[in-house]
Parts: sequence; structure tokens; C-alpha cells
Amino acid sequence: MTILNVDNITMQFGGIKAVSDLKMEINEREIVGLIGPNGAGKTTAFNMITGVYKPTLGNVYFNDKNITGIKPHEITKLGIARTFQNIRLFKELSVLDNVLIANHLRLKSGIVASIVKTPNYKKEERHIYEKSLQLLEDVGLLDLINERADNLPYGKQRRLEIARALATEPKLLLLDEPAAGMNPQESLELMEFIREIRDKYEIAILMIEHHMQVIMGVCEKIYVLDYGITIAEGSPENIQNNPKVIEAYLGVD
Amino acid sequence: MKKHRLLTALAVVALIGLLGVFNLTFDSYKLRILNLCGIYIILGLSMNLINGFTGLFSLGHAGFMAVGAYVSALLTMSPELKDTVFYAVPIHPFVKAMSAPFPIALLLGGIAAGIVGGVIAAPILRLKDDYLAIATLGFSEIIRVVATNLQSITNGPLGLKGIDRVVNTGWSWGLAILTVYFIKKLMDGSYGKAILAIREDEIAAEAMGVNLFRHKMYSFIIGAFFAGIGGGLLAHMLGTIDPLMFRFILTFNILLIVVLGGIGSITGTVISACVVTSMMEVLRFLEGKMDFGFFQIQGIPGMRMVVFSALLMIVILWYPRGLMGTKEFNWDYILQRKYLNIFNKKKKKKTVSEEN
Amino acid sequence: MGSQVFLQHLANGISLGSLYALLAIGYTMVYGILRLINFAHGDIFMFGTYMAYYAITSFMLPWWLSFILAILLTVIFGVMVERSAYKPLRNSPRISVMISAIGASFLIENVAIVVFGGRPKTFPVPEMFAKVLSLGEVSIVSVTLYTPVITLLLLALLLYVVNKTKTGMAMRAVSKDYEAARLMGIDVNRIISFTFAMGSGLAAVGGIMWGMKYPTLLPLMGMMPGLKCFIAAVVGGIGDIRGAVLGGFILGLSEIMIIAFFPALTGYRDAIAFVLLIVILLVKPTGLMGQNLTEKV
Repeated sequence: MTILNVDNITMQFGGIKAVSDLKMEINEREIVGLIGPNGAGKTTAFNMITGVYKPTLGNVYFNDKNITGIKPHEITKLGIARTFQNIRLFKELSVLDNVLIANHLRLKSGIVASIVKTPNYKKEERHIYEKSLQLLEDVGLLDLINERADNLPYGKQRRLEIARALATEPKLLLLDEPAAGMNPQESLELMEFIREIRDKYEIAILMIEHHMQVIMGVCEKIYVLDYGITIAEGSPENIQNNPKVIEAYLGVD
Repeated sequence: MKKHRLLTALAVVALIGLLGVFNLTFDSYKLRILNLCGIYIILGLSMNLINGFTGLFSLGHAGFMAVGAYVSALLTMSPELKDTVFYAVPIHPFVKAMSAPFPIALLLGGIAAGIVGGVIAAPILRLKDDYLAIATLGFSEIIRVVATNLQSITNGPLGLKGIDRVVNTGWSWGLAILTVYFIKKLMDGSYGKAILAIREDEIAAEAMGVNLFRHKMYSFIIGAFFAGIGGGLLAHMLGTIDPLMFRFILTFNILLIVVLGGIGSITGTVISACVVTSMMEVLRFLEGKMDFGFFQIQGIPGMRMVVFSALLMIVILWYPRGLMGTKEFNWDYILQRKYLNIFNKKKKKKTVSEEN
Repeated sequence: MGSQVFLQHLANGISLGSLYALLAIGYTMVYGILRLINFAHGDIFMFGTYMAYYAITSFMLPWWLSFILAILLTVIFGVMVERSAYKPLRNSPRISVMISAIGASFLIENVAIVVFGGRPKTFPVPEMFAKVLSLGEVSIVSVTLYTPVITLLLLALLLYVVNKTKTGMAMRAVSKDYEAARLMGIDVNRIISFTFAMGSGLAAVGGIMWGMKYPTLLPLMGMMPGLKCFIAAVVGGIGDIRGAVLGGFILGLSEIMIIAFFPALTGYRDAIAFVLLIVILLVKPTGLMGQNLTEKV
């Protein structure tokens, strides 16, 4: 069943079309890759799906609901979470706090209840706390919960960012270059990790990635962008043998 | 955790006891300084909530205080008193008639300031950094200009006189302790964490589902509310208020407290509010005549503020994190006597870095 | 309202507007390069006025020499403020820089109270600027006419420097992309100092003209005009010199005209700028001549 339907979205900045007529369909529990050379418009596509930018043209449907132009926090509440290319953790806060904050959107108690600590609020807080510990255990950060986020090594920061995104209880997770800066060994672990979280949390994943090994190894479907235009889509085997893709990457003229 | 709670309770009792002793032994001048400390704790915390915890650079505090001060004062003044004070322009009948006992008047003053804060914040919260600073400063000035000109309500430049000076140590410090408690509980809870997330990274916070507008509004409204309470207390401590009191310099003083204490630390603000307020008084000698027995120097008017603005510059240039940074007082730290190890630790660090 | 009264107000509005414009340029240039509100700019303006005052009254110098001297001293002072309050914080969070700017402003004001004295001083207006000219029914003090002329001349000079000289090109480069400009071998600190020097020079000219039009000098005299001129710069579109001038004129004219047409609002004069600011920020946050900027995610 289709969970995300990107219907011909275009993003124009001044005279430049960063993304034109992007069409994309993602099914439940599917892992999809979005690749392309630098500046191809991949992150712009992410930003349109998550509401940071409103597409100049076209619509985005999530679970058949049109989410074009609604605010990022509302989209997250509907079930799309993301990570960032340049890691945007809450740096000065603890690892645990980073994950706790991502639960806030599901909190039912009001602000006054949170200050006077009503029994209901306490119950919710305890639930959030336990859930966050579980999540941190799943990503292997349980022993670091009191560490400041920016003290973590790079690879663990990436994991924390994924844990934080998972805490919002998404149905679709967008990963922006999760393997950036990782060595081959770490990349392999990451592939495994991505599959694990897909199975455990039963979510669909859309990821931007440059490590072909990761993309080809884990994705079931791949979209290729070049200069904002979708030049190919299909299974990893298809993409690997597509002359247009080879041309875009190697620059045949 | 239970041990900590007990310790905190004991500390509060000890503080109340100490304040009681001060209350009995201090002369009226010292008591006034003590009260000011309490009031500035409230004001500092309210600014720290907006500027330090939420990361919105607001300079509107004097305006919110003015609202709290005027509303609460007009509520506690008797109609007869109002008639004598408003001799230049007759008072508006509704303003003349309104009245409430002090605690309710204070609360209403705070609520009025909170409402004003919310109304101001709603349109300007989409601004960032310095634009927000200048817009809030602008609103604060507008409030002051309005207070100067709406003579039938505020008595214009003449201000209000003869306000009941009911604020004693109990009021100022009682409310200060309550404010500390409130802000602490807020920041420990889920909403406080969401507010911190906004300070840390707005874009990430929004992506994690934090409704930026709503949480910024919470912060602004609560901040303005406590600023209004602080303003009301000040009015009922000094007995007179006028628009000139609420110039930018008042905001500056509070900003000084917040920066000195550490932007984003409750503990820092509390300590710094007491230190700065006391120093303001101690440094008065700079402006009066100094008598060294064999010779005298004339005091220099305005010297105190030179010292304070220089102090702010020194802190921001060389110790930008202030006294506490974003850290808080912590029983563990005291109990484990970590402070005794500070020297050893430093030594160790040094040797390590030398080895490298 | 008779037409001569209207013309009188118009002349006053244009004159005040050009004073605002001179100050607004300084704000807009500094903001363009450092993304910083130079809160102390109004105090640099105050400093210029006092320097001219002391040169004339204490050192008995001829007015033209006093003015030149005052402008030079203010330029040095402005660069000093930048070096001591802003330069050390170049890589600090913006909130620190902003607090430093506010602190610098208060320090200058308070030192001024101690050094210059808190009592108002009267600016000695040279005869040439105090003459009353009669143009038909309208009589105008000559400084009112000189001010816009001088402002426009300085604006032309400034636009020439910014658009035609090498230093100007470097300034534009720094304001477009600080880091890239540095990597291309531009001495960014020198350019920033130069920007402060020009802004302070213009502020000094503005201060001197201000002193001749409104001859009461006070250590806090720069505070309100400073705030208002930043607003003028925002209204015009921050970072754009012509925008700053436009904003200055709009603000000056609207202050004078609104009070002329609605005398009941006289007390609210200082609020006009802030209302204008809030309206423009809500309607067109980039200002009348500003460009759109989007944040990178």
C-alpha cells in the first residue's frame, strides 16, 4: 500500500529550478533510495516533503492526505520524521533529553499540568521516559544517556539523530546521508541497522546517500536525480545498468 | 532523589529562617536592598526564560513591568487618593472605580502584562535575533510613550504617588522562591525541554514536532507575566512610579543580571540578582563624597553605571558564559564534595595536556 | 493649513529626514557586513556633536576647522569601538555580540555623563548656519536648507566609493560572503574598520548638523535618534545604502507631517518610528528595497 505519494512537485528559487516534476511513490515498510550528484536537488526534495519548503507546483500526499504547505511540526505529527545532512542535534542537551524532546509532540497534558505534575502527567512522563530508554537501547546508546550530545563520536551522533527521529513515532523516516563520513565497516553496520529499525518499527524509509554500497545493498527501489530532473527509477540492478545514470555520475559528453 | 528533596526542603526552611533574622535585625535601608534582591530574582528569571532558555532576544522587559506596575497600583489605590494624585487631568471614572486587595491586584497586574506580552509576541515572533530585539524594544518604548500620554489613566509624566508600600521581605522573597520553583518545574518538564530544544536548534526542534509558535508564545507570556509581577512588587515597594522609571536602562539592568549569572541558568540568575542589586547600593559611595580623614574627594555622579556597563563588557568579552553558564545548582555536586577536588582535577588535566 | 505653513513643515521634514538618513547609512553598512546592530552608533553620533562643541567653545577654533577635527576624532572613535567591542567576538554567538553592542552603548553613554557632564550644553551655531532666509512667505533657518544638500552630496560620494573603487568592491564582497571574501585574500578586518570609519564619519556630520538644528546637547541625545535610524535602515531594506536614505526621509517626513496634521499626537512622536517598524516587519520584513534571504537547512 502506498504511504507517500509525491505528485509532480517543483521547487523554484528565483530563476533556478532546484527540483522539477518529481514523482515518487513509497510503499509501507519499503526502503527507498534517492541518489544523484551534488546539487541535484535531493535535500530540496526532502525539505518539500517535510514542509520546510512549500513546493512551487505539485502536491505531496501522505496516507492519501494532502500535506502540501502544512507546517513541518504538523507533518512530523502525521508521521514523517527526518534526520539532517549536517547533523542537527540539540548539542548542549543530554542524549536522553534529545530523545525525550522528540516525544513531546505526543504529550497530551497541558503546560500547567506539567508544572504542577498532575498524576496524569506523571504517568505520561514515565511512559515517555521508559520508551526513550528502550529506543536508546535499540540504537546502542544506553550507556551514554547522560552524555552531552555533542560529546558523542560522529557515528553515534548519527545514531542518536535516528533514535530521536524514531521517538516521534513515524510511519516514514527520511534519512539525509546517514553514512556520510563513515568508514566501510561502519557503513556495513549502518545498512544492517537500517534494516533492523525498518523491521522493528515497521516503517518505510527514504534515504539520500552517496555510498553506493549502502544504497545498492539496502534499498528496494531507487530514484536518481540530476539537476532537479528525475533521470531514472527502479530496482538497484536496473539503476546500476542504466546508461543515463552512468552518464550523470561519470559526466560523459 | 528523596534525599535531595529533603535537603531542598531543609535549605528552603533555613533560607526562610535567615530571612526572618534579617527582617528583625536589618534597618529599613538594608531591608529595602533585601527586597530589591527578591524582586530582581523574579525579573531576572522572567527574562532568562525568554532570552536564556528559549533563545529569543527580547528587550521588552521594562514595558511588561510598566504594565504590571500601573495595573496593580491603580487597583490598590483608593478613589480618594487617586483624586488627589490626578490633579492635572481628571481620572477616567472606570480607572477611579477599579479596586482590589494587594495580592489580587498583583496577580491581575501580572496577568495584564502576560496578555500584553502575548499580544505583542503574536505578530513579531516570526522575526529573528536582532529584529526581534529591536521590535520588542520598540514595543516597550511604545508602552512607555502611551503611559506618558494617557493622562486620564496613568497621570502622565507625573506618575502615581502614595501607593501602599506593603511589600516586605515575605512578599518579595516569598514570590521569588515561588518563581524559582515555578520556572524550575517548567524547565524540568516536557514543555521546558521543548523550549530548550528551540534554543538549541529551531529547525531541528520543528522537525521533531515542536510547535515553534506555540512554545515561544508560552515562554513570552509566562516571562511577561512574571515581569508584570516584578513591576507590581516594585511599585508597592517604592510607593511611586512614573514613566521615566521604565526606560531601556531598566531592561539593561535585568539583562546585566542575566548575562552575569549565565544565560540559561536559574542558579546563576538568583546569585547574580543578589550580587548586582547589593553592588548597586555598595557602589553608591562612588557618587557621594568620600572622606579619607586627611583628604576628601568629590563623588562623581554617574560613576556607578560606568562600573556596571564596564562590568557587562568585561563579562561578555572574556567570560561570555557568565557565572554558571547553563549549569544549575546540584546536590550531588555538593554531597560528593567535588568542589574540593577542583584543584587536583585541574592539575591532572594540565599534566595530561602537557604529555600530549 | 496654508501652503506656506505646509512648505515650512515640508522643509523641516526633509531636513530631519536627511539627518536620519546620515545615521541610517552607518547602521545599514555595518549590518550589511557584520549582520550586527551597532547599538553604539547613536552614541558615536553624540560623540561627534560634543567634539565639535568642545573644539569651538574650549579651543576657540574656527567652526570649519572644528567640524573637520570633530569628524576625524569621531572616525577614530568609531573604529576604536569596533576594535574593542566587536572584533574580539567575531566568532561568538550572535546573542553575545548583541549584548556587547548594548554594553558598549551604555558604557559610552555613562562615561559621557561623567566626562561631559549630565547638564545640557548649548551648541554654538556658526552664523552662516543660523541665518534666517525668507523665501516668499516662508522663512527658514539656513541649516535646514544646507542639510539635505550636504546629505545628498555625501550620498553621491559614498555610492561612488562603494560602487566604483576597489575598497568598495571589497566591501560588497565581504557583505555578500564574509568567509569567501577572506579566502579570496581580502583583509576583512581592514574592510570592517573602513566601514566603521565611514559610518562614524557620516554620523559625525549628522551630529554636527543636528547640533545646529537642535542645539541642546546631552550625553543621551544619541539614544533615540540611534534607535530611530536603525528603524529607518530596516524600513528602507537593511544592507542597502539607498534604502537607508529612503527610510530616513520617510521617517523624518512622517514624524514632522503627522504632528503637523494631528497636533494631538505630539506626545506620541517617538512612537511613530516603532509603529512604522512593526508595520514594515509584518508587511515586508526585508524592507522597501531589500532582497529575500532564505535560511539553508
